Amino acid sequence: MAAIAPVPAQSRLLMSGNEAVARAVWEAGVKVAAAYPGTPATEMLEVISTYPDLYAEWSVNEKVSLEVAVGAAYAGSRSFCCMKHVGMNVASDALMTLTLTGVAGGLVIAVADDVGLSSSQNEQDSRYWGRFAHLPVLEPADSQEAYEMTKLGYELSERFQVPVILRLTTRICHVKALVTVGERQEHVGAGFKKEPARWVMTPSGAARRLPLMFEREAALKAEAEVSPLNVIEAGSDRRLGFITSGPAYMHVKEAFPEAPVLKLGFSSPAPIDKCRELAALCDEVVVVEEVEPLLETELKAQGIALRGKDILPRIGELAPPVLKAAIAKLRGEPVPAVTAVAPMQVFPRPPTMCVACPHLGVYYTLSQVRNITIAGDIGCYTLGAGHPWNALDTCISMGASMGVALGLDKGRGESDKDKRILAVIGDSTFLHMGMQGLLDIVYNQGNVTVLLLDNRAVGMTGGQNNPGNGLDIHGNEAPRVDFVKLVQALGVKPERVHKVNPYELPVLFKAIREEVKVAEPSVIITDQPCVLTEAYHKLKPFTVMDDKCTGCGNCVEVGCPAIHVTRREKAIKPNGREVDLNFVRIETAACTGCGLCVQPCAPDAIVHAETVVPINILKKH
Amino acid sequence: MSIATTNILVVGIGGQGVMTATEILAEAAIALGHDVKKTEVAGMAQRGGVVSSHLRFGPKVLSPQITPGTAHVLLGFEAAEAMRWRHMLVPDGIALMNTAQLTPPVVDLGLYDYPADPVGSMKDSGCRVVAFDAMAIAKDLGDIRLGNTVMLGAVADHLPFSADILLNCILQRFARKGEKVVEQNRKAFAAGRAAVAATAEVALA
Ligand SMILES: Cc1ncc(C[n+]2csc(CCOP(=O)(O)OP(=O)(O)O)c2C)c(N)n1
Ligand code: SF4
Ligand code: SF4
Ligand code: SF4
Repeated sequence: MAAIAPVPAQSRLLMSGNEAVARAVWEAGVKVAAAYPGTPATEMLEVISTYPDLYAEWSVNEKVSLEVAVGAAYAGSRSFCCMKHVGMNVASDALMTLTLTGVAGGLVIAVADDVGLSSSQNEQDSRYWGRFAHLPVLEPADSQEAYEMTKLGYELSERFQVPVILRLTTRICHVKALVTVGERQEHVGAGFKKEPARWVMTPSGAARRLPLMFEREAALKAEAEVSPLNVIEAGSDRRLGFITSGPAYMHVKEAFPEAPVLKLGFSSPAPIDKCRELAALCDEVVVVEEVEPLLETELKAQGIALRGKDILPRIGELAPPVLKAAIAKLRGEPVPAVTAVAPMQVFPRPPTMCVACPHLGVYYTLSQVRNITIAGDIGCYTLGAGHPWNALDTCISMGASMGVALGLDKGRGESDKDKRILAVIGDSTFLHMGMQGLLDIVYNQGNVTVLLLDNRAVGMTGGQNNPGNGLDIHGNEAPRVDFVKLVQALGVKPERVHKVNPYELPVLFKAIREEVKVAEPSVIITDQPCVLTEAYHKLKPFTVMDDKCTGCGNCVEVGCPAIHVTRREKAIKPNGREVDLNFVRIETAACTGCGLCVQPCAPDAIVHAETVVPINILKKH
Repeated sequence: MSIATTNILVVGIGGQGVMTATEILAEAAIALGHDVKKTEVAGMAQRGGVVSSHLRFGPKVLSPQITPGTAHVLLGFEAAEAMRWRHMLVPDGIALMNTAQLTPPVVDLGLYDYPADPVGSMKDSGCRVVAFDAMAIAKDLGDIRLGNTVMLGAVADHLPFSADILLNCILQRFARKGEKVVEQNRKAFAAGRAAVAATAEVALA
């Protein structure tokens, strides 16, 4: 994205939490901002990159992004790094020692938890990193607070020379609310000062820093006890009080406007005395926290009697109806009915791959190959596990397809003896964490065929640029990685590396069938762009000639959402077997003419809409 | 009747412009000096999934989520999606729904059925329903992309503020695109309003 002139101070703007954080980062005079995309955190860096006077980058993974931010903070500049919750798992190796060195310039690390799993492979609670790494955690409850706490985070970071974790959730990142913005304040870093005892963590150096870390933690705890971010609202109905943080605070206020509440904005290290103060105010206390019973456990260990996950769900968001039901039960009152009308039964509508997505051809082909196990990875192509392909057998974490495939190969059980093992991985995922896994396959001589789906974008998170498409975060030209050379450099034999067009089904099929037969690592790289990027060019759309369509249903198996079944029939074949017939139409306005569905259509019923004449060009046999 | 917070639920599928429409409604509420929160549950970047966008406005809005049984207006961009979220309405709530039916691959593959009569089911469930074909209206106006503005026109007379405020917010968005686009959207807005007014009259008669 190109730089734009920021709106003036004092404006009240409708901003998502992500946009609010981005604005605050710019106002705080941050010099370096780095991230790897991940829902719900992605827009923070996207928006930051539109502000002037700072350096922003898409890093290849979260660990690198944190390290870039750390370097800038060591140099005395203010820096920023953001990621989705699982990103911190990747970055944590750096984080766990960063806590010993601390920082010179302010560093805020925004971590966004996907509470409710709208778009993630797990649900985890990033507040633990504050405890694990002995770092302060700030938890905004809406966009305005996200904006303010980001700026406060830089002050706190520099005062205590400590990286600050800004804990967000999907309900902060993606909720739009009004924010009053302020002025930008220039911040000039002092420059890097050589100080090996501080910046070089050897065992003896680290041992000397450990006590300092605990001293800092004690000082931060004292700060949290008096912080204006931790406030008690006395309320009028003292029967039940709440200790809460983040978006759960809004839900508590909505459900129990009269109750005493301790709202924690500066939640780690936990201000235990403040919690005692709230407990003294009311007959009973409930800790309302998303997701884990973290504070609850700490407070119980301090001898404070309270309720928490014994009455509240362990999973998902603690929205007002959830809270009301739990509290009614606690009080022995009837649980309020949620609605007068029960939800109607409607089919599920899972996200689909886009019309003409280059992954469609890959999964259509894989669904036709027998006797294979496919280790999958994370990206749009994870949808290959669903209908109609059912052609992806595992998915755990980014880059895992490589190691899992090797393990499936080396750990073959009775029924796997003759199975061919494949791995499917996207370009961005390969560059994020897959390369090392492929090196491991090569080094340990695994029998794995890797499908590297290069669609020149981080499709899943909205088509961000990456080293695979040779464009930087602003869309300017940048060095582009050459996947063929890269996998060869990792040791895959040149004759085992193929680059194929995923819209040419016979070529793709041949490449897969041949490579799975060879007991060596091989890589098949597809090379067509994600249809949502500028690199994609539409072709002439297709239509179905009703009189020619035999209802064989082959085109439906491609899985393109532009193909719709209009009519189902049953027919008896000459051999007496009953078959289902599916007659189809193509939504011509949506079809981009990729030609995939044309290829398995034997009677040539699919033709260009404008000609309505059968064509054979795409059918190279 | 004055209500503390107005809850408007806009639903449809990814790629239909549900979130943009809600954003424009939010801008109109802000123009009137309301506190506003807007949130949605939308999955991944891919198209075709369920999208529900929540808009809450009033003197002070706390939780951004509309909870079941509390939406005052349900604006459905797709027929089955309106059904999916019907239970979110208050008992005397109104559903303004596009009759267009977009079938997902799971229906095309024969794994699930598309509801036989979405409008009828909605009516049977006891809420007030106004149904119209926004796609056909947009097509008649010469551009299917006007469907969004038709939908906003449809909801315009069911908001606690005047339709002109909403219209202004829409036209402002398109101002950069030139007079012709502005005019088209003005017409689409009027057509959406008219479609709802006409259907509502039939219902009364
Ligand atoms: C550690 C981690 N970081 C980020 C994400 C979010 N995420 C999921 S898939 C993906 C990348 C997908 O890109 P690519 O591999 O190129 O596949 P595509 O979606 O383009 O098909 C990202 C960033 C994640 N799930 N885990
Ligand atoms: S966003 Fe791109 S990669 Fe993802 S499904 Fe759509 S076309 Fe395919
Ligand atoms: S593949 Fe051809 S014949 Fe078979 S259903 Fe599709 S259009 Fe009809
Ligand atoms: S040619 Fe077929 S597969 Fe390709 S976009 Fe059109 S309908 Fe979909």
